[in-house]
Formats: sequence, C-alpha cells, structure tokens
Amino acid sequence: MFKILEKQVFSPIIKQFVIEAPKVAKSCKAGQFVILRIHEEGERIPLTIADYDREKGTITIVFQEVGKTTTQLGQMEAGDYIKDFVGPLGEPSHIEKFDGPVVVVGGGVGIAPVHPIARDLKAAGNHVIGIIGARSGDLLFWEDKMREACSELLVTTDDGSYVRKGFVTDVLKEVIEERGKDNIPMVLAIGPQPMMRAVCNLTKEYGIKTIVSLNALMVDGTGMCGCCRVSVGGATKFVCVDGPEFDGHEVDWLELGRRGAYFRPEEQRAMEHHQCKCGSGCGGAK
Amino acid sequence: MTDASKPKKEIKPKKNPMPAQDPVERARNFNEVALGYSREAVIDEANRCLQCKKEPCRQGCPVEVDIPAFIRLAAAGDFAGAIAKIKEKNALPAVCGRVCPQENQCEKYCTLGKKHEPVGIGRIERFCADWELATGVKVPEVAPPTGKRVAVVGSGPAGLTCAADLAKLGHEVTVFEALHVAGGVLMYGIPEFRLPKAVVQAEVENLKKLGVKIEVNSVVGKFTTVDALMEEEGFDAVFIGTGAGLPYFMNIPGENSCGVYSANEFLTRTNLMKAYMFPDWDTPIKIGKKVAVLGGGNVAMDAARTALRLGAEESWIVYRRSHTELPARKEEVEHAEEEGVKFAFLTSPVEILSNDDGWVTGMKCIKYELGEPDASGRRRPVPIEGSEYIMDVDTVVVAIGQGPNPLVPRTTKGLELTKKGNIVADLETGATSKPGVFAGGDVVTGAATVILAMGAGRTAAKSIHEYLMNK
Ligand SMILES: Cc1cc2nc3c(=O)[nH]c(=O)nc-3n(C[C@H](O)[C@H](O)[C@H](O)COP(=O)(O)OP(=O)(O)OC[C@H]3O[C@@H](n4cnc5c(N)ncnc54)[C@H](O)[C@@H]3O)c2cc1C
Ligand SMILES: Cc1cc2nc3c(=O)[nH]c(=O)nc-3n(C[C@H](O)[C@H](O)[C@H](O)COP(=O)(O)OP(=O)(O)OC[C@H]3O[C@@H](n4cnc5c(N)ncnc54)[C@H](O)[C@@H]3O)c2cc1C
Ligand code: SF4
Ligand code: FES
Repeated sequence: MFKILEKQVFSPIIKQFVIEAPKVAKSCKAGQFVILRIHEEGERIPLTIADYDREKGTITIVFQEVGKTTTQLGQMEAGDYIKDFVGPLGEPSHIEKFDGPVVVVGGGVGIAPVHPIARDLKAAGNHVIGIIGARSGDLLFWEDKMREACSELLVTTDDGSYVRKGFVTDVLKEVIEERGKDNIPMVLAIGPQPMMRAVCNLTKEYGIKTIVSLNALMVDGTGMCGCCRVSVGGATKFVCVDGPEFDGHEVDWLELGRRGAYFRPEEQRAMEHHQCKCGSGCGGAK
Repeated sequence: MTDASKPKKEIKPKKNPMPAQDPVERARNFNEVALGYSREAVIDEANRCLQCKKEPCRQGCPVEVDIPAFIRLAAAGDFAGAIAKIKEKNALPAVCGRVCPQENQCEKYCTLGKKHEPVGIGRIERFCADWELATGVKVPEVAPPTGKRVAVVGSGPAGLTCAADLAKLGHEVTVFEALHVAGGVLMYGIPEFRLPKAVVQAEVENLKKLGVKIEVNSVVGKFTTVDALMEEEGFDAVFIGTGAGLPYFMNIPGENSCGVYSANEFLTRTNLMKAYMFPDWDTPIKIGKKVAVLGGGNVAMDAARTALRLGAEESWIVYRRSHTELPARKEEVEHAEEEGVKFAFLTSPVEILSNDDGWVTGMKCIKYELGEPDASGRRRPVPIEGSEYIMDVDTVVVAIGQGPNPLVPRTTKGLELTKKGNIVADLETGATSKPGVFAGGDVVTGAATVILAMGAGRTAAKSIHEYLMNK
C-alpha cells in the first residue's frame, strides 16, 4: 500500500499528490512514469513522475480527471492509500548538452511531466526556453516551479484569460522565428495528443528535431502485452518499454489516436457505473 | 501367496470420466470446466494401475515423480501419503494436475495406454493435491537460518519453486515480481476456467508460510538491477525466472488496427484484470461478434475459449497446419471443440483489414497445403498460390508465441544470451555465465511448460544451495 502524503487541488479537475514510494523515488529519472491501481478491482493507469524526493522517498504526480480512475483518484485525500504503485517504468529522457538553446513545451496537464526534464536539461548546462499553456488561466499550475526549472519561461492561455492569448504553438513559432531555426537543436513537447501533433507539424516545417512523450493505452507497462504499441518510423514500438519518448516526426499519430479511442464506449460506461453505485446520487463518493 | 493364486486384475479399458460442466453452459461462464474426481472415482482410477516394475510412466515425467508409488497410496485411500510422494518431486501438483500435457508425458508411456486408455495420472494427481489444499497443507520444516540471502526475480512456476526450496534449506529469500500479484502466467495467462486463481494463490500463501518475502510491483531492470541486488542490496545469489512474456506479432499489414490484441493482452485483461466482471472491475475488454485467434497452442485455445465466454458469437482458431499438428494439450482442443470453437486449418492471414476508424473489418487469408516434413518432423505448410480469401472477423487475437522479456537480460552485465535473447544457463545446474546468477524456466528454454519451469526452479535451488554453502 502506498500512502498519499499530500494533496493539492490546482483546479476542479487537476490535482497533485505526493506519494510515499521509496523504491520508485530511489531510482527514477526524468521522463519515466509509474502505473498505479487504486484498489483491488481497479484498472492499472500510467502517470508520469512529475517530481521526486530521493531522501524523503516520495513521488509527485499531477493528473487530470478524464474518466473513472482519475476521477476516483481525485476523490482520495492525504492519508489514504493506493493499492499498487509500480515504477519507474519506461526509458528516461535523453539528457545531453545541446549546441544552442532547447525549447520545452508543456500543454495542460503536460506541464507536470515536462518539469523534471527541463530541470535536468538545465542542470546539464543547456539554455532552456520553457513554454507552458492551458485552455485558461485557472487550469494553469506550476508556473513558479517551471520558472525555476527553465532559463526563461513563456506563458500563454488559449482564451487569453492569463498573460496572453494564444496556443503554445503560436508562442513556439515566435521563439523559432526570433532565434532562428538553425539555432534551436531540439524541441520537447508534452501535452494532449492534438497539441503534440501541432507542435510536430510546426517543427517539421522548420526541420527541428522534436521529442514527444506518448500516452498510449497500457496494461502492464513492462512490455508484456503489446497494448501500447504504436508505429514509429514504420516500425512497431511498445511505448511502455521503448518510450514513452519518441521522435515526434516519425510517430503515426492517426494510429495512436485511433488506438487510444478504442475503448471509449467502455470508458464511458465505467464512468457512469462509478458515478453512482449506491443509487443515492452520491457521485461515486460512497 | 503364490503368483498363480493372485487374482488376475480385470482391466477397465477406459479412464474414469472427468466430471465437467456442461459444454453449452460453461462456454458462457468462467468457472472451472473440469470438476475433479470424487473419492470413489479416484480410488477406482488408481486401481486401474498395473504397478509396472519398469515404471515407464515415471520416465515420461520431466521431473520423474514416483508415479506408481503415489498411485498405490491413492488406491489405498492414503491421500496424505500420496501427496507427500508427489511433492518429493513436484512442488506444484494442484497446478500440474490441471495443466500438464500428460498425453505427451507420463500417460504417453503408460503400459495400459498401449491397448486401452492410459491411467488418468494427472487426474489422480489433481485429486491428491486438492485433497491436501482442502484439508490444510502442512508447512514443511525449515532448516535453521544459514544467513545467506537470495533474490528470485519473477514469480512464475520457476521462481515460486526455486524460492520454496531455498527457504526450506534455511536461506532468506525475497521474490521480486513485476505485476501486482505473484504467480506469473498461472495468474495472468491461463484462464480461471482451466486453473482457478484461488489454487495458485494457495500455493503463493504456502510459500509465504515458509518465510519467503514476496515484493510485488517490483520490476527488476527498472527500480534496481541484478548487479545492484548483489553489490548493493547484499544478496548472495540471484535466480532469474522472468519467463517468456514478450508477445510476438505476425508483422503483417494492419496488425496495429483497433481490435487486434496479442494473446497476452487479451488474456491479461481477462484473467489478471478480471475484465469479464467489467464494469464492477474497472478494466474493459471489447469483444466483437466474430473473433479469429491466430495460432494452435495452449495460448490460442485459451484465447478462443475466453472469447466465447466474453460473448463472441463465433470464435475461430486460424492455424497454418492441420489438426494433427496442433501443439495444444489434447484435452484443451477437445474442450474447445465441445464448446463450439471453430477451426480454420491450413490457413494463415496475410493482412488485417480495417474501416475508416481503424477498426478491424476482416482478415485476408491464404490457404496452405502440407508439404515435406521439416526439421521438427512435422509436414511443412506451403502456401497455395491464388488461394487468398477474406475472412469476415472484427477481432483478432495473435497467439503465435512469446519470447523472453529483455528488461533483465539487457540490464545485467556479463550475462550470456542466445540469438533470440534467452539466457544461456546450464540445464543441469541453472548456472549462467555470471557467477552467483542462476536462471530457469521459459526465460532459458523459450515458452515451454509449467512442469519444466518448476523442474528448472528446483534444479537451480539445489545448485544455488551448493554455491552458497561453498562460498
Ligand atoms: C506514459 C503515460 C504517462 C501519463 N502521464 C499522465 C500524467 O502525468 N497526468 C495525467 O493526467 N495523465 C497522464 N497520462 C494519461 C492517463 O494515464 C489517463 O488519463 C488515464 O489512464 C485515464 O484513466 P481514466 O480511467 O480516468 O479514464 P478513461 O475512462 O480510461 O478515459 C477517459 C478519457 O481519457 C482518454 N484516455 C484514456 N487513457 C488515456 C491515456 N493513456 N492517454 C490519454 N488519454 C487517455 C480516453 O480516450 C477517454 O477519452 C499518461 C499516460 C501515459 C501512457
Ligand atoms: C495462455 C497460456 C497457457 C498455457 N498453458 C499451459 C498448459 O496448459 N500447460 C503447461 O504446462 N504450460 C502452459 N503454458 C506455459 C507455462 O505457463 C509456462 O511455460 C510457465 O508459466 C513458465 O514459467 P516461468 O516461471 O518460467 O515464467 P512465467 O510463468 O512467465 O513467470 C515469469 C514472471 O516473471 C515476472 N517478470 C518478468 N520480468 C520481470 C522483471 N523484470 N522483474 C520482476 N518480475 C518480472 C513476470 O511478470 C511473471 O510473473 C501456458 C502459457 C500461456 C501464456
Ligand atoms: S505405466 Fe501406467 S500402469 Fe504402469 S505403473 Fe505407470 S501409471 Fe501404472
Ligand atoms: S503496456 Fe503492455 S506492453 Fe506496454
């Protein structure tokens, strides 16, 4: 059992937990993820390691409530226990000293996984330009943490309710134009699939290498089931062991999107079933 | 009594039938199919045994269980004696009694089998093991602590057996398992209707009673490595029993369409994650009207039978060779046929077709004919030119085999591997190319059987003990 030590609510649907998991905290690296299962009947869901404290033996996760499991997770409180928590899984981010400034882009809940990567890139001696964005200002979190992790930070919101109006791709385009495409050796983008895809379309035009972190459906997370497979550069890869990071220009986004949507009717059913098991309209709280 | 006065035993030509759930009913539920002998039936079956001096059955058993001896005890109603006899050689009789391919092992060599049906050795074994589980398993004596620590990676039959044997010898054993429960394929692969999970967990509980620590949610090669276990965590030896968990695909166009599962995914969702209880359990599985399972082994039979239970209208086994070459246990093929699984023999897919949303709509297949025997002695299937046709299916399960998961081999320094990535280990001792590291089961042999994995775990335990005591 894994204890939730702290809970923070960033918005009604975005929450952060600090979880006691010394085994994971001891060895994890930026870019890796965990799989958790709330209770005996629960599904195994992957979440990125957004931060860790090796001394305290803790892992920080930030998640958005999109379906049954994340909603139920969001209803848990500090002091509660998660049944299973396994990691670190996946390959760590590739960290090196690049020749020129690197840009990291975090969209929505994707800001969290970008954070430790930005921090490590900076620690490796890179000039890190961070771009973070959300649909609106109230969905934005970790601006302070990101400011610290990056060399400079640009913030945007889709609706203009905070700092400025625009998509992260709009800001990225400005940065590329300003710095010159040949001066930016690498862009890393994490966020919803449409956002990562839009970033890739943009950087492809400029010919800038772009790394993305894919959120395929998973079961075991150890390379045993093949549920997470995706075509990258024409070859089948398992996101959980070969990734989650890949060259975004090589990813078959159409296939990834389709495979991710395969269980949508079942996911809806699970949510409805969850929302009221007791018949009292408790919203699944009981 | 002289030989002449000994009454000549009348031979019953047929095995006592195994009571089973009705095929029509069971094809829609996940309860165990074979219900097990009654006390009367088991004694009657045990009395069919001729007690052959030469013990041919025993030679057919990969771990040489003293079969005539345990059958003699069972015939006398001494089930405690019988199970003790079995356990001298087989640590997992309740499992093996259910899933061993007896027709290729002990029962294949049974003298009775020459003219009649062989003795139902597996069924008698299962009865004795279930009898023990029901009456309470005696915790074996554990030798005084040796002060030596062993890490076992993987909790399939190889790891469980190795851990149990080492614990009995007084070593401190920790099992690291990647998934959230112990048992390996016995938990995530073989379905409930063939091997109830409670039976597997009873074995795991017995292991804990021996003092073995089981750490689930622990992927070696990720949170730690074999090298770190020995150098930093103070383990004196490591046994690797990580199995053959890497699913192979056909590498044909369309294989990543929605509705194509590896057998591992299909069975893991169903068995480990209990998708058949969705939405009370959270993990879903989608099953179409018409399911095609590619392959002809136990894994394929399990997937095809599972598909029916999940509600498929038709479940097809699509196999490149013919009925006689099916590598699955005979009983599983028979059960599948009784339940209504259909077979497309001498057929292989060349492409999986899908609609605009990427969902499977059909499978382009080619017909084969049997040619000359190949290296394995089986007649090689050759494609018939121009025989392509479209099979109308909406779900495809790929069950054409598994390889070793590379996580541990890739992260362990100095471990010799085969070209396929299996760990090279001495079959007599389980020793690998790395001192203090032993391996056994599917990760060494490639996908094989429970009994062979169990035997490899046992062999390795013996040599780990020697290694530790001479260190
Ligand atoms: C490597 C990896 C890292 C991830 N890290 C994070 C993270 O740090 N924070 C976070 O909030 N989410 C993360 N995700 C996504 C998260 O796993 C899913 O949101 C979660 O599984 C949804 O479960 P659910 O039961 O709540 O929703 P479901 O009922 O399963 O799904 C509801 C909706 O979410 C979509 N969905 C389901 N699974 C995924 C998925 N794996 N990726 C994207 N969309 C999905 C479905 O298509 C559906 O529209 C990550 C996914 C992967 C593969
Ligand atoms: C569907 C199916 C049906 C079968 N039917 C039969 C049958 O009827 N009769 C028969 O005799 N055999 C059958 N088999 C084969 C038999 O189950 C295997 O040969 C046997 O389980 C192999 O045992 P093992 O201990 O080597 O590995 P496994 O049972 O595969 O166990 C390996 C364990 O190691 C864990 N692991 C892997 N990597 C790591 C890691 N890095 N860190 C920690 N843990 C790890 C895995 O999660 C797993 O739990 C079947 C197999 C399948 C898949
Ligand atoms: S070969 Fe058959 S009849 Fe002979 S001892 Fe073995 S089980 Fe009994
Ligand atoms: S999640 Fe099962 S192989 Fe990746």
